[in-house]
Amino acid sequence: MRRHDHSRRAFLRQVAVAGVLGSTGLVIALRLPDSGRNVVARVDGCADFRPNAFVRVAPDDSVTIIVHKSEMGQGVYTSLPMIVADEMEADWEKVRVEVAPAAPAYYHTRWGPFQGTGASSSINSTWDQLREAGALARYLLVAAAADIWDVDVTACRAERGHVVHHQDGRRLSFGQLCAHAATLEPPDEIPLKAAEDYRLIGRSVKRLDTPEKVDGRACYGLDVVLPGMCTALIARPPAFGARAQQVETRGAYAVEGVRRVVSVSSGIAVVADSFQAARLGREALEVHWRPAPAPVSSDALRQAYAALAETPGRVAHEGGTPEQAMQAAHTRLGAVYELPYLAHAAMEPLNCVAHVQKDRCDIWTGSQLQTSDQDAAAEVTGLPVDAIHIHTQFLGGSFGRRANPHADFVREAVELARILETPVKVVWTREDDMRGGYYRPMHYSRIEAGLDKQGMPQAWQHRLIGESIGKGTPFEKALFHNGIDHLSVEGAVDHPYAIPHQRVDHHRTDNGVPVLWWRSVGHSFTAFVVESFIDEIAHAGGHDPVALRLELLRDRPRHRAVLSLAAEKAGWGTPLPAGIGRGIAIHKSFRSIVAQVAEVSLLADGRPRVHRVVCVIDCGAVINPDTVVAQMESGIAFGLSAALYGEITLEVGRVRQSNFHDYPVLRMSDMPEVEVHIVESGAELGGVGEVATPPIAPAVCNALFTITGKRVRRLPVGRITT
Amino acid sequence: MSIGYSKRAVSLLVNGRRHSVDVDPATPLLWVMRETLGLTGTRYGCGIAQCGACTLHLDGEAVRSCVTPVSAAEGKAIVTIEGLAGDKLHPLQQAWIDLEVPQCGYCQSGQLMTAAALLAANPSPDDDEIRAAMDGNICRCGTYRRIHAAIRKVAGRSERTQ
Ligand code: FES
Ligand code: FES
Repeated sequence: MRRHDHSRRAFLRQVAVAGVLGSTGLVIALRLPDSGRNVVARVDGCADFRPNAFVRVAPDDSVTIIVHKSEMGQGVYTSLPMIVADEMEADWEKVRVEVAPAAPAYYHTRWGPFQGTGASSSINSTWDQLREAGALARYLLVAAAADIWDVDVTACRAERGHVVHHQDGRRLSFGQLCAHAATLEPPDEIPLKAAEDYRLIGRSVKRLDTPEKVDGRACYGLDVVLPGMCTALIARPPAFGARAQQVETRGAYAVEGVRRVVSVSSGIAVVADSFQAARLGREALEVHWRPAPAPVSSDALRQAYAALAETPGRVAHEGGTPEQAMQAAHTRLGAVYELPYLAHAAMEPLNCVAHVQKDRCDIWTGSQLQTSDQDAAAEVTGLPVDAIHIHTQFLGGSFGRRANPHADFVREAVELARILETPVKVVWTREDDMRGGYYRPMHYSRIEAGLDKQGMPQAWQHRLIGESIGKGTPFEKALFHNGIDHLSVEGAVDHPYAIPHQRVDHHRTDNGVPVLWWRSVGHSFTAFVVESFIDEIAHAGGHDPVALRLELLRDRPRHRAVLSLAAEKAGWGTPLPAGIGRGIAIHKSFRSIVAQVAEVSLLADGRPRVHRVVCVIDCGAVINPDTVVAQMESGIAFGLSAALYGEITLEVGRVRQSNFHDYPVLRMSDMPEVEVHIVESGAELGGVGEVATPPIAPAVCNALFTITGKRVRRLPVGRITT
Repeated sequence: MSIGYSKRAVSLLVNGRRHSVDVDPATPLLWVMRETLGLTGTRYGCGIAQCGACTLHLDGEAVRSCVTPVSAAEGKAIVTIEGLAGDKLHPLQQAWIDLEVPQCGYCQSGQLMTAAALLAANPSPDDDEIRAAMDGNICRCGTYRRIHAAIRKVAGRSERTQ
């Protein structure tokens, strides 16, 4: 999910101010009807100092920082405020976090007119924006003090929530200054802090959302309760493309607590007083489905992909004369790699609360792409976009699933709320969530290399086959180059290895299965293919996998540094206990470079056991080091889960898996030791949330090869018989 | 008479407070906690005892409330995440904060309740005992190392995991 980089900063600053001053206050959903708290609290701060859309200072000295990225575990409710607070010299103890509404002020700085969280860009796309927001606040507070003391601004400085007079030490708190600061005009130029003056940035500041996540208070979409709200479950088509033909509702209505049975675009909704009643009502519903026109099966798709692989695809990248070089090669090497559909399977199943009234529509959910949700709601209700209010809650994980340009789980809730005219919470059971589509695309790669006498690759031909995520979305134009969705080939067209003759081509398929970005998007399959095959080349040519990579990375100093450090920290080349093998992989995604060395053995039943992963990341610079470490652990766990177990299979249009018993995920006993090293190269700021996921599958499979002699070319790994 | 659904008064002792709720006794305890009592800290993750997100204590024992009918909790003391802390946080909650365990946080109520039951039964479990006890609790954010380390810490072992 990326848009072209075009600077919108000046424009943003204007709408930022207009957007916030024009709003009537944020509506925050609280949830417990019997807890004595208000269900809906209006937060008005009109008397406060609001220099821009991101910061508010109140007379009580509190500094409220408005966060426009969704918190799904990656720590943005802490790291983004750190940037603002540091730049403005706020007292961290006085900082409060408020969730941004959906408004133009909060559009992504690189995606065009879209508010959303993704592409591991929350820090690097807001770094300038938030520092400027903090710096402007600081500047105006200092100017206010200077005004009051009748001294030059250069005579004072901001320091931890106060403005201090350099010479005589007089001080006024931000709260004391906010009324006056609010009357001042912003300057043309705002000086930014020097990096050596940072107090928070670069330190492992404790996450602000931890306390409420250890005592049950944290409010996720599923926890939202509104007065008069009902709960709905939707009977969904058993296969992609199937439609409800006939519905017998009598059984459902016979369940006490069932209020309405309503048809929406995604299926038949059973609306009830409680989850239990809705569930029993849905079970008692009899729906006859008109079958999908062309139901697909995974096995047939694999065959179709294999046939497609015999024909040239659309060229995504070409350099040199790959065909001639392949003919001239001393040795040729070829392989096919296959990866299945994957479900995101975030811990919190999908859900959405919606309330449609005459002049407004309110949505409470964990959204990762507010603008698309807003657009869908506007379309359904006929209301203007600015009458659609999105109240973003904590996301109980997401990994891309809640960033849906088609807004599936929001659209249906709004459709239903519009019909009911009362607030409604649509809950997806785990089974609904698992079978509801929007998977990581299935992938097939056919790859070939031509090696010279020394075993060095001279020719490289890679054919990728799979579905496009961007097609049919508002991001299509930005994502497609030469008719190819960049998300289908990222990491393959731009791999870092110096191989003189290369051709990468692509076949786009459409299987009628909804697909979506899944943590690390295209990199989740291309890294497996490229990093496994480079390893194959090393072994075929008699080279050490690290040495060969270093040679092919001769023009990539950052890659070399990351790879070398990973090898060194992992003790590459030193003996391991019997039965344990090492594998390495390196991959650049979202502007960061990550290398991992995995130590793997085989259990008696043939399942791999990953003991330890050494992970090195170069993300340019670091805001919160512990968050980076946490995201490396998380990305590795997520990628390892998919590598070992993840697979969604289709059987005549139906999804076979339904819950964690048949879609197993990583558990504690599978979790390796993880050792993280951060390289601060000073390069452009890179992403962190997704970048540890791509290298783990190839690192593990490369390690498995060293102990089994077998290449894993199809995921999930499953059992290996030796 | 409605299908599969007949309400009656059920008396529950939750976090030291007595409640009388009017529900179908077959309703999973999870939904009574969440919807009837508004104790939403107990989470729904799978509904079939596979993920542990819904874990709470019945008479001190960790149970999966998504598959426990509310009637099975009558006459027993229920403790949910909201009741885990006394005057101070439970040592595990403090360790969770100290080691920055949660990410999205959704699984963490269940993780904490499972871990608390483990330590109540076995105050100093070894690494494998921790893993065995915690293996029914899924964390899709992959916070396992920190959960393990936090339990070790409270169990009086070093913070290092594995
Ligand atoms: S919700 Fe009960 S174990 Fe998953
Ligand atoms: S912290 Fe997100 S599922 Fe565990």
